[in-house]
Amino acid sequence: MLPLNATIVRINEESPSIRTFFFDFQFETMKPGQFVMVWVRGVDEVPMGLSSKNSITVQKVGEATSKLFELKEGDSFGLRGPFGNGFSLPLKGEKTLVIAGGVGAAPLIPYAEAARNAGSEVHTVLGARSAGDLIFEKRFSEAGNIYISTDDGSKGTKGFVTDVLNGLSLSVYDRIAVCGPEIMMVSVFRLLEDKKILEKSEFSLHRYFKCGIGVCGACCIDKSGLRVCRDGPVFSGLQLLDSELGKYMRDASGRRVKI
Amino acid sequence: MYTLTGLKLKNPTILAAGVLGTTGASLCRVAREGGAGAVVTKSIGPAPKTGHPNPSMVKLDCGFLNAMGLPNPSHPSFLQELEIAKKDSGVPVIASIFGGSPAEFKEVAEGLLPGKPDAFELNVSCPHAEGYGAAVGSNPCLVEAITAVVKDAVNVPVWVKLTPNVSDITCIGNAAESGGADAVVAINTLKGMAIDIDSGYPVLGNRSGGLSGKAVKPVAVKCIYDLYTALEIPVIGVGGVSSWQDAIEMMMAGAAAVQVGSAVYDRLDIFSEISTGIEAFLRKKGYSDVKELIGLAHEMV
Repeated sequence: MLPLNATIVRINEESPSIRTFFFDFQFETMKPGQFVMVWVRGVDEVPMGLSSKNSITVQKVGEATSKLFELKEGDSFGLRGPFGNGFSLPLKGEKTLVIAGGVGAAPLIPYAEAARNAGSEVHTVLGARSAGDLIFEKRFSEAGNIYISTDDGSKGTKGFVTDVLNGLSLSVYDRIAVCGPEIMMVSVFRLLEDKKILEKSEFSLHRYFKCGIGVCGACCIDKSGLRVCRDGPVFSGLQLLDSELGKYMRDASGRRVKI
Repeated sequence: MYTLTGLKLKNPTILAAGVLGTTGASLCRVAREGGAGAVVTKSIGPAPKTGHPNPSMVKLDCGFLNAMGLPNPSHPSFLQELEIAKKDSGVPVIASIFGGSPAEFKEVAEGLLPGKPDAFELNVSCPHAEGYGAAVGSNPCLVEAITAVVKDAVNVPVWVKLTPNVSDITCIGNAAESGGADAVVAINTLKGMAIDIDSGYPVLGNRSGGLSGKAVKPVAVKCIYDLYTALEIPVIGVGGVSSWQDAIEMMMAGAAAVQVGSAVYDRLDIFSEISTGIEAFLRKKGYSDVKELIGLAHEMV
């Protein structure tokens, strides 16, 4: 599939460094947790989680995202997708815990909403550096209960999402969906491993992608060899046992880089 | 068991270079879950390369277009991946290498030797990396020199992967054979390009790249057919194989084995599917050995 032409219809400033770009068509078959390859023409193409059927939510971190931030309503970019597997939706009556850190909330907000719509009781732990960096607080609140943590204590619990999790009875949840910085995810992973509830969890991983369609192998993780772009980006906690999670990732050349 | 340049393969399907070959774990998965008879690594060079900007690969109606740009961690960093593949894949592991000169090829081959690859495949055919690949692989003198230098440096079979982007592929094949190659691999991708008509931008980050998949199979079949006639050494077929029928067609053109690349897009166990299909075909048609198929089309006049 060649990239589709997506025209920006609206831009939301979610935080000083995070914006949501709404585009002019809907990925009707999109499953929460799936991603698209966003082509900023003449610069690069980067993977982004869909924050709804017609939006991506982007943190300005590098060349491509900086260029994306220069675009205005009416400008366009290329889009391929949706790719990857997405999070598993809960059944009616199940309790769902969503754990989101920073821009990792982007693929989780459509999940929280879909889980609620499926008849699940949804609780969210939303973490960020400070109050101004929290995104989708309102949408998560509308989907169910919300607990907030900020590194600097400017809102909610001072500390990390794990500080909130330590105060919750995690065994009551049927499903736990996690996305955020890897250092946060590995802390959550260890906590769930300690409590022996890893099998209820799913984590969305971020790795350097080249092809995005499962052919080139640039994003394969150790030791399973699973492709983050195709077999993931969402993996069950059990799939990540004895994995590279929290230890290292590979850069564009394939070299291991410590986390 | 099936013998190819002295290597023992459980079946004649091989993972092609540049596909799912960046990590040892991935190569193991292709061998174990995918059923490949052997695996070829990502092409490894003398220095780390990040490759071209994305988009680096897109799916077309007729195949795939890619310009990865030889991303690789360089031979010292890749050694640990090669060791994992050798230890756990259970199949022969062929190290694909590239360089800009005979000396660089020698350096990379010697650098990977401690990982004990079962063979080397020389990438003198990547169509979109300046100074590498087809830039050296369209010069017969250079191909012969590179092959000879690597043959001299290693004590395992050396395969040479050829580019179809030349006026006469047999001329390059002959050069590889003269340099002492144990087999040639044909073909690498065909030069190609796609343009986004909404913006006018070429789609690939490198602007142009190489075409693989279904569209290139007839080109590959013809190249293999010609190389089979021109050379004494085995020809390993690659280019658009996505079914057992494709594999048999290539063998009838002269391929001693087939490599599969882009078709892993459809399913990882494409290798098992193809080898099972070949076995069933042999039984149905009453052939006693897969060797009876190799080059069969040449006799049908």
